[in-house]
Order: sequence, then structure tokens, then C-alpha cells
Amino acid sequence: MTEAAAAPTDQQTKGGRLTEWLMLYAGSVAAALFLTAVLVETTGGEWRPVMSALLDGSLRRPGRWGETLGTMAPLLLVALGTVISSKAGLINIGQEGQLAIGAAFAAYFGLLIGGPGPINVVIVLIFGVVGGAFWAGIAGILRFRRSVPEVLSTLLMVTIASQAVAYALGKPWLLLASEANRGNRNQVSEQLGADNRIPRPDIFGNEFPISVYMALILAVAVAFALKSTTWGFRLRMLGQNPTAARRVGVSQGRYGMAALMVSGGFAGLAGAAMLAGGGFAFGNYQIVPGFSGNVGWTGLLVALVASNRAVAAIPAAFVFASLRTGSGFVASTGVESKITDVMQGLLVLALLIPPAVMFIRDRRRARAATMART
Amino acid sequence: MGFLEAVWDILTTDSTYVNTALFAGLLAFAASGEWVAERAGTINISVEGMLLSGAFTAAVGYDITNSAIVALITGVLGGLIIAFVQAEMSHRLAADQFVVGLTLNILVFGLTGFLDRAIEPRTEIVTVWNIPLLSDIPLIGEALFGQPWPFYLLYLLLPFSWWLVFRTRWGLEVRASGENPGAADVSGIDVNRRRRDSIYYAGFTSGLGGAFLIIVQIGRFDPGIVSGRGFIAIAAVIFGGWTLRGTVGGCLVFAGALSFRLAIQGVGYEINSQFLQSLPFLVTVLGMAIFAHRVRPPAALATPFVRGLK
Repeated sequence: MTEAAAAPTDQQTKGGRLTEWLMLYAGSVAAALFLTAVLVETTGGEWRPVMSALLDGSLRRPGRWGETLGTMAPLLLVALGTVISSKAGLINIGQEGQLAIGAAFAAYFGLLIGGPGPINVVIVLIFGVVGGAFWAGIAGILRFRRSVPEVLSTLLMVTIASQAVAYALGKPWLLLASEANRGNRNQVSEQLGADNRIPRPDIFGNEFPISVYMALILAVAVAFALKSTTWGFRLRMLGQNPTAARRVGVSQGRYGMAALMVSGGFAGLAGAAMLAGGGFAFGNYQIVPGFSGNVGWTGLLVALVASNRAVAAIPAAFVFASLRTGSGFVASTGVESKITDVMQGLLVLALLIPPAVMFIRDRRRARAATMART
Repeated sequence: MGFLEAVWDILTTDSTYVNTALFAGLLAFAASGEWVAERAGTINISVEGMLLSGAFTAAVGYDITNSAIVALITGVLGGLIIAFVQAEMSHRLAADQFVVGLTLNILVFGLTGFLDRAIEPRTEIVTVWNIPLLSDIPLIGEALFGQPWPFYLLYLLLPFSWWLVFRTRWGLEVRASGENPGAADVSGIDVNRRRRDSIYYAGFTSGLGGAFLIIVQIGRFDPGIVSGRGFIAIAAVIFGGWTLRGTVGGCLVFAGALSFRLAIQGVGYEINSQFLQSLPFLVTVLGMAIFAHRVRPPAALATPFVRGLK
């Protein structure tokens, strides 16, 4: 009975629902932008030049959208990893550290093994994955053997990771470049050789590393794996109902561990891609102190904004990459470039509101409907 | 100088204990509220942002009025603003508590950094109150009884938190919401309301903690001023097995690690600086690895409650 009875009402509300969603999103995003503008104005700046500088820096000036795409790739990779662990009900928020360790592994083994060009690029990327997975794996072991909440262990290990990389950068037998190659800097790794770099073809005056395509393909692959494979199904089951998952034999230890390590692996891959992809944003094919530069944190936000859907992470990553590449141009307007961090945070909060509001409204309506029926 | 000798030097110096007490004080302000929030079943990772926001508003309050009391009040307001967003978004609307908390932390970091450049509040450390006789106890006397006066608020706040949770109806309802929200709901307790209350309480104590950071411990605002202490406070609650006594113990252990880092450089013993920087975090992770599985968390910890689901 319900299907036949419910169908027409669903039909009726469908258009209404879409408008409701759009109104909510438009309203909250406008509120976030408005707050940013108010903040700029009250601190003595003007918001129009700031917005225009953001657009210049991210898209309009020659060569800038290539830069934005190049920045998007690692953000997207980090976000994809986050999507996987979140689907399994695990909260990995240590991507910043996993990325740093991945990049360090990639630099160390990439320089150690050498080998002919394209193969070595693959080696660099693989060791990035290994590094990130290793770092997340520690948190996994703590979670499943010692019941330490992964929220905290991944988070605290960010600081440990950045200190570990700083340590390695100070030791010649680890990452520190030979004296001839480090100039007057004392914490810098050897550069990746010219044939070990990810190619950066030029397209309409914009150049970006081909790792952008890799990230896009992986986004589709992750969406497919989560939706249509047994592994993905089990992960989602683990995330949605751990008790049911245990009853049908999906081991929380095994699948949870796998999810965390894959998630860390993606962060590590992002680190390796930053290292081998180069570009203005990520330095000169070498590791320097603070190499990870908040890409891990921002990538995490991308996944949150995309509400853990792999394909939706693509546009989200592009928007956040634009804020990043645009922020360099904001300084010229006389407004502190940290305003982009504020804008980013407000945008994320704004994008969290509509789904939460809709959830509550739907429940209220459902309750009202059941009340009416009885 | 040998390592043991250096450690002995550190253990017999008053300043070690003073520093430990200051670090532990900050952690205890944040952790006492976080403990209440976790007893209500919500892991409030925005405590980091609450500390930072409280520190900033306290600095602004002090800058304007030159009064430590006003700084404490504005600090509390700063903590409560973040608590408002966290509580209303995660326990009125049903947004994920970790997502909201994490975003708030990042937002507060950017916002205080931005406003700090615009306002540049000037602050200073308030005067020390030596409590007669008690502050003359060797080693720990100065640490516990010879501090700037806001430190002594802790001696009120900690028993008050305990009383609130274990001796009031409100506390009973908070604990019920953390252990069995379904049963609490059926018996007429508004679970999400109690959780929101507890987050506001965490905002209150963390705001005090932020003010403490400015007018007692450091004396100058900087966006990097909190740098993970909020997370260590959360770890202290877990380390302490969700008891207040254990939480304070956790604060002392982690504060010991933080002050050891300062002290070992002070006595001239060389330890790798990166190792020292990560020492508090290593101790925290190891502490949790050893103790976390021996204790029982509140049964509904980090599980959102929506009436009629499950």
C-alpha cells in the first residue's frame, strides 16, 4: 500500500525539495561570504579587491588555472583517502602527518633506488603510498590492538611526523642533501633528478603535472570501488552498522585496518605527487621544512565538504585549490592573506548546515506523517 | 654531564615544578570541561579552538581594560562562542561532531591569526600571590601556592566539576545521556540538551584556560600559542579513564613531559630538539596505548543521539 500511496506525494515534493536544498545552500554560502566581507571591511580593508584578487590568482591571470589544477591534485588525493576511512566509520584526521611521511619516504627511496626515468617516478609514488600507509597503520594498530581512539592517535601523530621529517632533514644519512647541493640552507633534501619528475605538459599556456589526471581517475575508481565491489560494500557495512558487520564475518580489525592504511596511503601518494610534480606551489622537487604546508588539513576539509562522496570531492578540491592559489594575490590588496583561511573555514561550516537542517526537517515531516496516519 | 645527573638536576629545581604546574593548570582547565562533555557522550575536539579563541578574546579584553578579571570574563565569552557553534551544530542540527570540531579549530586558527594582525592586543602576566607558609614548602610549594592568582581558580573549578557531575540532578542526567541515551530519553531527559549544556561547560572552562594562557602562563597572544594542548587535554581525559582524578593525573603526566622539554635544555644537557618537541605527543600516544584498553569509556561516547533512530 505504502508504495502506491507514497509515490504521488514524493513526486509532488521533488521539485519543492530541490528548491529547498538550493535555498539552504545559497543562503548559507552567502552568509559565509557576507561574514568574510564584513570581517574585511571592519578591519579596514575592502572586499571587492580581495575577491577580484582571489579570482586573478586562481583563474584569470595567465598560467594560473594550471597552477590551481596542480594544487587540486594532492588535495583531491588526500580527500579520497579520507572518504575511504570515513565510509568505514573511522575518523582519520592525521593526513597532514601521513602526507609528510609519504613525501619523506618517496624522497628517500626515490633517490636511493634511482633507475631509469619513468620507472623511478612510479617508485617514488609507490614509496609515498607505503610511507603514508605505514604512518596510518601505526594508528590502526593502536586502535585495534590497544583501543586507542584513532581520532586522537592520528591527530597527535601529525606533530610527531613533522618532527621526524625535520630530524631526517638534518641528517646526511637520511634526507639532508650533500653540501654541494644544499647551498646556504641547512635543512633541505636532494632534488629529484630531471627524469624522475612527473611530466608537466603545457596546455594553452598553463602547465600542470599529469598527476592531476591520475587523481581524477582515482576519484572515479574510488567511487566505483566503494559502490560496486564486495570490499567497498563491506567497508560501508562496517561504517554503518559494526554489529551487523561482525555478525556476517566482516572483521573490524582487518577491514578497519585496511581502510586506515589505504587512507594513509592516499595521503602519502599526495605527498609523493607534490614532491615529484613540483610547480610554484610545492617547491623545487625537494623536501624542505614545512613541506606539507597544510595540504593534509585542507584535503580533509575537502572530503568533509563533499560529504564523503569521491566524485563530489573533485569540484570541492578545485574550489579549495583556488582559495589557495588565490591567497597569494590577496596580499597585494593590503589585506592579510589569512583571510582566505577564515573564508575557507566559514565556507566549510556553511556547507555543513544544509544537510543537517534537511535531516531534521525530514524527520519532523516523517513524524508528522505517521502521526497523521494513525 | 650524564643523563641521570641532568634528570636529578631537573627534579631538584623549583622551576621544573612551577612549569609543570603551569602546563598542568592549562590542561586541567580544558580537561575538566572536556571530561564533563565526554561523560555526556560527546568528544569535543573543538576544545583546541575554544582555548585559542578564549586566549584571543582574553587578550583583547585585557588590552582594553587592563583588568585580569575582565580578561577572564572575555576569555569565557570566547570559549562560549565556539561552544555555541559546536553544540548547536552537532547536537541540535545533526552535523558530525568531529567534522564540526575540526572545522572550528581550523577556522579559529585562521580567524585569530587574522584579527591578531588587525588588533595586536597588548597583555602581560598578572601579579603573583604567595600564599603564606604553604608557598614555602620545598620544591612543590611555589608551584602550587606561589602562582599568579587565576591559577587558584583551579582549586575551585575541579571540585566544582566533580560536584556538578556526581552530586546534582543535572550531572546524573549528563551521565545518563553518556551511558544510555535511549533509556535517558524514555525517562524524560532531553539527551541532546544535556549534551549541549556539557559542551557549553567545556567552552566555559576552556575559555578560562585560554585566559589563563594569556594572563598567567605566556603573557602575549600568538596564533601558535595553543599548538595541540587542547588535543593533549582530550588525551588526558582518556588516559584518566573518564574519572576526574585520573584526568588530573593525566594532565600532570603530560605537563611533566612538556616541562621536561624546557628543563633539559635549561640544565645544558643536549638532546635532539626534534625529539624533545615531539616528546609530549609521544608520551601522550604511549600513555593512551598503555592505559586506554584498561578503562571503560561512557557507553555512548561519540554516538550521536537522534530520537527514534536505533
